[in-house]
Amino acid sequence: MIIDGTTSLVEVEEGIKIIPGANTIVAALDKVVNWGRRSSIWPMTFGLACCAIEMMATGASHYDLDRFGVVFRGSPRQSDAIIIAGTLTKKMAPVVRTVYDQMPAPRYVIAMGSCACSGGIYNTYSTVQGVDNVLPVDVFIPGCPPRPEALLEGLIKLQQLIDKEHFKWSRWR
Amino acid sequence: MTPVQISELLKSKFQSDVLYTVEFGGQVSVTVNKANILVIMKFLKASPELDFDYLVDLCGADYMGRKNDRFEVVYNLRSISHNHCIRIKAVVPENDCKIASVVGIWAGADWHERECFDMFGISFAGHPDLRRILMPEDWEGHPLRKDYPLKSDLGEAEWKGYKEVVETAERNKQYEVR
Repeated sequence: MIIDGTTSLVEVEEGIKIIPGANTIVAALDKVVNWGRRSSIWPMTFGLACCAIEMMATGASHYDLDRFGVVFRGSPRQSDAIIIAGTLTKKMAPVVRTVYDQMPAPRYVIAMGSCACSGGIYNTYSTVQGVDNVLPVDVFIPGCPPRPEALLEGLIKLQQLIDKEHFKWSRWR
Repeated sequence: MTPVQISELLKSKFQSDVLYTVEFGGQVSVTVNKANILVIMKFLKASPELDFDYLVDLCGADYMGRKNDRFEVVYNLRSISHNHCIRIKAVVPENDCKIASVVGIWAGADWHERECFDMFGISFAGHPDLRRILMPEDWEGHPLRKDYPLKSDLGEAEWKGYKEVVETAERNKQYEVR
């Protein structure tokens, strides 16, 4: 279809326009790529304690993480984010770091629960006082354990974070 | 047999070894000397009227402040065939912090004794593989001892393995794409 003077672009969302009848979208590449990336966050699960049970509940049919495109992936090499769910002990810290280092960038870290955020009640010899000591954390979710709604909120926060990024997808980033 | 009967039998059989018995809530604890612990345990396992074929649990206890008998190793025994149980406690002093291993009698004692060694520093003579089981292998100190500080006695000198990870994290921050 030839664009004539009478057909104007229609803005369907902020920054996204379509040409009516032309099956065409006009938008910044950032917008499109980030839409794709945020709609398919595959988190590497790292259940360490009782928060993992809550994470499983969130993934199951009642709260249904799949509707956000969040599908748990058991391999760090094929995941976009890592959910640290539970108490991180000092003995486990090198393992978590290794798993994180195996993930391809761009990668995100969600610290789920009080223990992962700050050590929680375990201010002891064996517990890491917050995973931000060993990993760069993007989203902290408080709670002991957080409700599934809180984890969903955390994932939505991560989606908003991804949405705002520029050129994260290209090699010139 | 009831637990009281078992403790009476033990008392008559090992007069010099049984220190005292405590009964509470239908459970009987027999506190014994550690010197003959293997003989007592073998008797409990082998005699047909007792037949304690199942070591439910083996753990340590720290009674800091007691003069000569700071630690106890606690054996919870059960007989599946007779459906009766007894608790044996062996006194272990701090200056001679070792006791004979019962792995030869109940193979399941293996990891329990390793945990007891890891947490209390009680060494088990004759154990096939006495290593730490919960803490990292190069950890210093035994955390469940009452005089072990909650925040570890290492202070600023953090455990080596964790210090390395924190350093790695610090160093790798410059490569993070934000």
